[in-house]
Amino acid sequence: MKEKKVTAWDRVKIARDSKRPTSLDYIENIFDEFIELHGDRYFSDDKAMVCGLARIGEMNFTVIAEQKGRTTRENIERNFGMPNPESYRKSLRFMKQAEKFHRPIITFIDTKGAYPGIGAEERGQGESIARNLMEMSDLKTPIIVVVIGEGSSGGALAIGVGDQILMLENAIYSILSPEGYATILWKDASKAKEAAEIMKLTAKDLYDLKVIDKIIKEPEGGAQKDVKHTSEQIKKEILKSVKELNKKTVSDLVNDRYNKFRDMGEYAKVK
Amino acid sequence: MVIDKIKKRNVDNGQVKSKVDIPIGKWVKCDKCKEILYKENLHKNFGVCPKCNNNFRLSSRRRIEQIIDEGTFKEFNLKIETTNPINFPGYKEKLKALKAKTNIDEAVKCGIGEINSEKVVICVMDGNFVMGSMGSVVGEKITYSIEKAIKLKLPIIIFCVSGGARMQEGIISLMQMAKTSAAVAKLHKAGNLYISVLTDPTYGGVTASFAMLGDIILAEPGARIGFAGPSVIKQTISQELPEGFQTAEFMLEKGFVDKIVERKEMKDILYKLILLNK
Repeated sequence: MKEKKVTAWDRVKIARDSKRPTSLDYIENIFDEFIELHGDRYFSDDKAMVCGLARIGEMNFTVIAEQKGRTTRENIERNFGMPNPESYRKSLRFMKQAEKFHRPIITFIDTKGAYPGIGAEERGQGESIARNLMEMSDLKTPIIVVVIGEGSSGGALAIGVGDQILMLENAIYSILSPEGYATILWKDASKAKEAAEIMKLTAKDLYDLKVIDKIIKEPEGGAQKDVKHTSEQIKKEILKSVKELNKKTVSDLVNDRYNKFRDMGEYAKVK
Repeated sequence: MVIDKIKKRNVDNGQVKSKVDIPIGKWVKCDKCKEILYKENLHKNFGVCPKCNNNFRLSSRRRIEQIIDEGTFKEFNLKIETTNPINFPGYKEKLKALKAKTNIDEAVKCGIGEINSEKVVICVMDGNFVMGSMGSVVGEKITYSIEKAIKLKLPIIIFCVSGGARMQEGIISLMQMAKTSAAVAKLHKAGNLYISVLTDPTYGGVTASFAMLGDIILAEPGARIGFAGPSVIKQTISQELPEGFQTAEFMLEKGFVDKIVERKEMKDILYKLILLNK
């Protein structure tokens, strides 16, 4: 009953709530150990993406996470969680390392989108995202994706090509922000609320469309009400997924991932 | 077709072989230099303004005429048709009207043809259809073509023109970026040559997927190429964009394009690149 009252726009607001846990909050609670490592080795270290090595019990992981700030100061430092190309190149560097050492990769998606700036274009924002999509599709190690807040546009998908896509109940995942969507289609950003309702951006919608594999329940009022509990739920699902994925041979893993995305799309057969 | 009849009546010598797909009548105005051009001359000049070198937008059909040896193009028949995956209001009607107006059924045409007798798989996007945007059908046709190229051990050439992902298909369009990029990964592993040609405009989800993943990336002079659109960038940073920002020349300078190629030389360059990769 209560479920029905929550509109898509409500979810957008919860997903963007300034008190909503960020990637680092979950990382801290999920992993027994985490060491952040920096830089793309080409240009800089973009703080909109956090990468590092982590451990749960005896198991090692590579963590790739889009990181928003919680204060204005933090947000400026993190570019409001909007990655420049260096973020994607940094993430790819660590994903390749994960492949080398046969570590599962956990990615956390939380971004309004890739940063639309002059420098970002000069340094190949499109190329950096494209390369991630291509390389991730063929990485010979399990990839588990968790959509924790906002997942907008290619900037989200660039770390989203995984074997298992998990999503928090109040997170959103879409082709573009509702504001951007309304601007493109109706030349009016103020129609974001209407856009949100038709975009199919909630976890439930995406599960029905087979874009995600599993919805992770949040406590009443959203993840911010109980970070520890939400982290526990995510951790449980991560461990479950890793266990399943580890049963597969590397070639099955990669083939299944290919077919998972190969099958996405809806069209009609004509006679 | 009505357009055909009008066109034929307008052509004095009756020598035109194919349909004309830019405005009805004998004359057309160049957007850039405002010169009034005789259409037949424009077409003979590869759709490039003889006065200012402005590249007119080409339909997929006309592009294929320019690149592929006459009579060798065989379009893949996938027998699929666009639906409305997120029930976007008015999408079906929009598509129906567009199909009637443009006489094409989606934003990309794919098939096999020959370039100076060299067999290739070719995909040509069409900016006349929902801005060349990529929805499910475009994603499937590109992916199918890449897989076909792998199977037949042929080079693949993709001419890009696109506003990006198809908004009306929502998240499903976004996923086409992953789908097509995964297919390109397979192609590279199989060892096939992939030449991507960026034409005006190439943006968004197409730039951020297969367009940027060619072994060789060519671009037409002056083509606008980028990820985020200029108005979005301007709005975000609240400042004017530098002169020549996001043009093919800019992309060449920044290292994201291998070579800028004039339209009249495109076929020859593609042919040579195919030979040099044999």
